[in-house]
Amino acid sequence: MNFFTDSLLSALTLMRDFDPELVEIVGVSLKVSLSSTLLAACLGIPLGFAVGIREFPGKRTVVTLLNTLLALPTVVIALFVYSFISRRGILGALDLLYTPKAIIIGQVLLILPVVATFTLSAISRIDARYRQTAMTLGATRFQTALVILREARFGIMAAVVAAFGRVISEIGISMMLGGNARGFTRTMTTAMALEYDKGEFVLAVALGLVLMSISLLVNVILNLFQGRGRN
Amino acid sequence: MKHCLTFAAGLLALLFLTAGTVQADGHKVLTMSTTTSTQASGLLDVLLPALEKDTGIQIKVIAKGTGAAIRDGMDGNVDVIFVHAKSREEAFVSDGYGTKRYPVMHNDFIILGPAADPAGIAGMKDAAAAMKKIALSRSKFVSRGDDSGTHTKEQSLWKATGLPQEKVLKSIFKKGKKTMVTFSHPKGLGDWYLSIGQGMGKSLTYAEEKQAYILADRGTYLKYKLGRNQGLDLNILVEGDPLLYNPYGVIPVNPAKHPHVKVDLATTFAEWITSHKGQALIANYKLLGEQLFYPDAIPDAR
Repeated sequence: MNFFTDSLLSALTLMRDFDPELVEIVGVSLKVSLSSTLLAACLGIPLGFAVGIREFPGKRTVVTLLNTLLALPTVVIALFVYSFISRRGILGALDLLYTPKAIIIGQVLLILPVVATFTLSAISRIDARYRQTAMTLGATRFQTALVILREARFGIMAAVVAAFGRVISEIGISMMLGGNARGFTRTMTTAMALEYDKGEFVLAVALGLVLMSISLLVNVILNLFQGRGRN
Repeated sequence: MKHCLTFAAGLLALLFLTAGTVQADGHKVLTMSTTTSTQASGLLDVLLPALEKDTGIQIKVIAKGTGAAIRDGMDGNVDVIFVHAKSREEAFVSDGYGTKRYPVMHNDFIILGPAADPAGIAGMKDAAAAMKKIALSRSKFVSRGDDSGTHTKEQSLWKATGLPQEKVLKSIFKKGKKTMVTFSHPKGLGDWYLSIGQGMGKSLTYAEEKQAYILADRGTYLKYKLGRNQGLDLNILVEGDPLLYNPYGVIPVNPAKHPHVKVDLATTFAEWITSHKGQALIANYKLLGEQLFYPDAIPDAR
């Protein structure tokens, strides 16, 4: 018990003092995760929207495929990306391995299916009458799309938040493609794994607390948005 | 229109974010794959700030087992490697992957075990004989099992015991060609032999939990025993056998194989670490008065 409370108290001290190492690691983690979430949102929302709004042959196959991709383990994605961006790979000349960009690429692949399927299901839940009404009122295709997007906005927002939660707590991709290089690609999760390797728990506990605070904050913000939307 | 603006703002924010993440990739950054022991022992925390001060070179450290680090060098994923498996390092240079091996330092391997010492090896001078006793008494033994320098040494010790060996063949693809790697360990393994595939640090804490025997490098052991609050509940039982000698080398990756590598910076680093300054830092790195590594380029550096 002593061991746990000691680690916890020292961790709180680290957080109170804005320990530079802690701040740096949290910074790298946030930058990488926000970038991959934004990119995945830019690609995944239109993708989910397009699949959700249209009827086309093979739609069920596409949906099944996206759902399957949801279950892809991070190490598989990391290995796949590694084989492309390692110097021996096709994209080797781009010098991507062991950079934050490499992590972002892997993470985008990880959460693109998350954003797309959540968007898709949010869109499918919108009553078809919205669309018909908008069209009969003379809306263009673009305006109709906006109406539907507006109706589905909370579902889509939830998709983006879930995706962010997935990447900020993810470790396989960050470790294998980022390499846990201090000051460059050391994220909260890889730093925690290293501290555990070293048998030191203080920084790891502090990072765990920060990670949980961030996810709490994100969810509180989402909740506020949804509350305002209902009024 | 408003939505277009939001979209544009989002893209701008994205650019800003990604720009922020790559800011650190200046041109004086060297990428180095190294063995876990140089990082876990705390040595790099002493060397790298001094290197940056003297030469302006920042090192991006990727810590893996020696085997994986050498592979990173062969693939050209890094500019320089800092590892400990001399025969494999020499092969790395003679096969044209590295420009030159700079001998940097050495320490030694030690066999650790619980105070109870079920195999009765405490104080033995012959490492192979001690390993044999561990195997015959089927006492718990933790193996790195990760193709690292320590794992390489462990396998050579098992061979030296004269016990019947079992070879595990694993096929991996190198340059599109199937290559076989072999691991060897005593025949007829049971639950006494725990091959965990982890770095030195994690293997030590694992062995402590299981109260098992383990082969470790002295640097990491001292760091774990003396350099942290928790300490380590394992003792040195066997040391001093010439078989346990553990030299480390730095090798810049050869630009003839991989033209993009920063061979100038890598050579500057190799020369710095073998200079009087670098060697003295290595010699003077101590934990509670215990020296972890001994310089090889300038043995009497202080």
